Amino acid sequence: MDKDYIRTEKLSVGYRGKVLIGDINLCLKKGQIMTLIGPNGAGKSTILKNFTRQLMPIGGIVYIDGRAMKDMSGSELAKQVAMVMTQRIEPELMTCFDVVSTGRYPYTGKLGLLSESDRHKVNEALKLVQAAELAMCRFSDVSDGQRQRIMLARAVCQEPELMILDEPTSFLDIKHKLELLEILKKLVREQNMTVIMSLHELDLAQKLSDVVVCIRENKIDRCGPPQEIFTSEYIRDLYGITKGSYNAELGFMELEPVTGTPKVFVIGGNGSGIATYRKLHREGTAFAAGVLHENDVEYQVAKKLASIVITEKAFEPISEEHYDRARKVMKNCEKVICCLTEFGTMNEKNRMLYEEGCK
Amino acid sequence: MLQRKTLQFMSMMPKNRALRYMTGYGILSILLVMFVFLGVNTGSVTYSLSQIFQEEMAYRIILDIRMPRVLAAAILGGALSVSGFLLQTFFHNPIAGPFVLGISSGAKLIVALSMIWFLERGIHASSIVMVLAAFAGSMLSMGVVLLAARRVTSMSTLVVCGVMIGYICSAVTDFVVTFAEDSNIVNLHNWSLGSFSGMSWYHVRIMAVVVFVTLVCVFLLSKPIGAYQLGEDYARNMGVNVKVFRVFLILLSSVLSACVTAFAGPISFVGIAVPQLMKMLFGTAKPIIMIPACFMGGAVFCLFCDLTARTLFAPTELSISSVTAVFGAPVVLYMMMRKA
Repeated sequence: MDKDYIRTEKLSVGYRGKVLIGDINLCLKKGQIMTLIGPNGAGKSTILKNFTRQLMPIGGIVYIDGRAMKDMSGSELAKQVAMVMTQRIEPELMTCFDVVSTGRYPYTGKLGLLSESDRHKVNEALKLVQAAELAMCRFSDVSDGQRQRIMLARAVCQEPELMILDEPTSFLDIKHKLELLEILKKLVREQNMTVIMSLHELDLAQKLSDVVVCIRENKIDRCGPPQEIFTSEYIRDLYGITKGSYNAELGFMELEPVTGTPKVFVIGGNGSGIATYRKLHREGTAFAAGVLHENDVEYQVAKKLASIVITEKAFEPISEEHYDRARKVMKNCEKVICCLTEFGTMNEKNRMLYEEGCK
Repeated sequence: MLQRKTLQFMSMMPKNRALRYMTGYGILSILLVMFVFLGVNTGSVTYSLSQIFQEEMAYRIILDIRMPRVLAAAILGGALSVSGFLLQTFFHNPIAGPFVLGISSGAKLIVALSMIWFLERGIHASSIVMVLAAFAGSMLSMGVVLLAARRVTSMSTLVVCGVMIGYICSAVTDFVVTFAEDSNIVNLHNWSLGSFSGMSWYHVRIMAVVVFVTLVCVFLLSKPIGAYQLGEDYARNMGVNVKVFRVFLILLSSVLSACVTAFAGPISFVGIAVPQLMKMLFGTAKPIIMIPACFMGGAVFCLFCDLTARTLFAPTELSISSVTAVFGAPVVLYMMMRKA
């Protein structure tokens, strides 16, 4: 298991002899998921196309299972690598079963007739993606989410070792996104499938990937396990985010905070204030929040949205110093909102703050 | 419960499909036999069965004039519609066909030019030479269409390009035919409008060999054709050598349409209309089903149109293209309306 299943050596990719991204050295073990992230147009799809031989490398070599990919025949490669691409297909008069069954192509005879076992495998693949009931529906009649699942079933049916997916979650709503990725996880777990894909959803990439490859300005900027890649600073830098922010640790994004002197003081904690912060932010009201413990769930939100946040160290009672600061800020506010209904011992000073705010 | 029902439904479906295919082929076979019979039996004189075997004259008319004509109409009609099916697959365009893309007209131009060249020198050009000339013409037009296809991505623009190429070729042909000096030019003029008349057994033998050999090749390609219907990228991912496959597709469809043009002149709309009708009849676009179906359907369609051309205003004969247009064009219009 310590052997790399996929390895690229000094791979350069691009179109018509023009190198777009050069010196790509990636490796991935069997049964792992590699995700390509990066801004639009960075070249994620171009790299993926080299793994399916849609494009031939301009330089360097791609090895699959120790063999150079360029030496494999079309049908050998078809049994190793299957793909799901972003471009939509419009097959004429084909049922979903027909579309999925095209995955059996490398295994059928000269005329492409399906055997009983081929049919069985098509049905199995349809069941795996929970689309068995769609088998006899026209492919052109089903929804985007269903289509994507059918295309995945088609790839599964090809019985590959490696699956290449180009933004498999675009066009999908949240439910279908999760379902699709869940199926991928299942394939990896149960069939030891290796997956290389590009994703726009950073939060999902972070949760799913073993290896994350960041592509920026036509080079591989970073490559490593998600915990190394996903820091707020790096993601901000990678995508060149100047408006708003992305919290990489928890995987959520926020719009720009409203700046200026706070007009409202929010006493929150334990997640109770999040809705209020968002409401004030939507209304464009600058606000202050406090006193929040640094391990409080809403601290991360307040930090991104409030113009002033008064914090206390985790697991410590609120200190005199921070309490005083909160009072000062509160005095200058026109309004105080308290989201808390109960106060604990650690939070005693917040009650005092509340009582003072009531006056 | 619901799941059991779907399972039941699924196990039933292949049978239903098989039934539909059988019905489709059954209908086509019956029509084919019927129209061959009608075609042979219809003309300026009608003969009874006993007359055919007793009278020399009747025997000759049936065997040497009507039979070759009917067989030619069947074979060439089939070839034309298979050629259309291949072009539709190639361009991923339901309204592609040898006539609209100007391929038939290109063949017509080169055939006309070489006919005149041979006639002026008093050489009688054999059918094989004509087929080769037509093939050269087809490839020429095809080349221009392919160049256009590289630049334009929209399906309708491509078709417009093809129609323009067709017009240019037809205009040049008309020009050449008008100014050619030979009494034989009357024949040439008739041919350039499209007609199944004047076929001999010799012609039928040549076209049968060319068409059936090509058809076998096409049928053997039905697996990659099926893959190609999902788009080039997926076809490649399934292990199809797309470059080689595309060349084959172009060559085979050009041979088929060239053969038709060499013998019967340009015939419009069969190449588009028949594959569409067959897709509706069979409810599938699977090449393994469609290739034989298109051939049979094209044969039936052309037999029917030829019969109409001969009998409608008898003894005046209509050009075959005007009849195929009357029956084929509405199908194409319907297709385009439905697409939009």
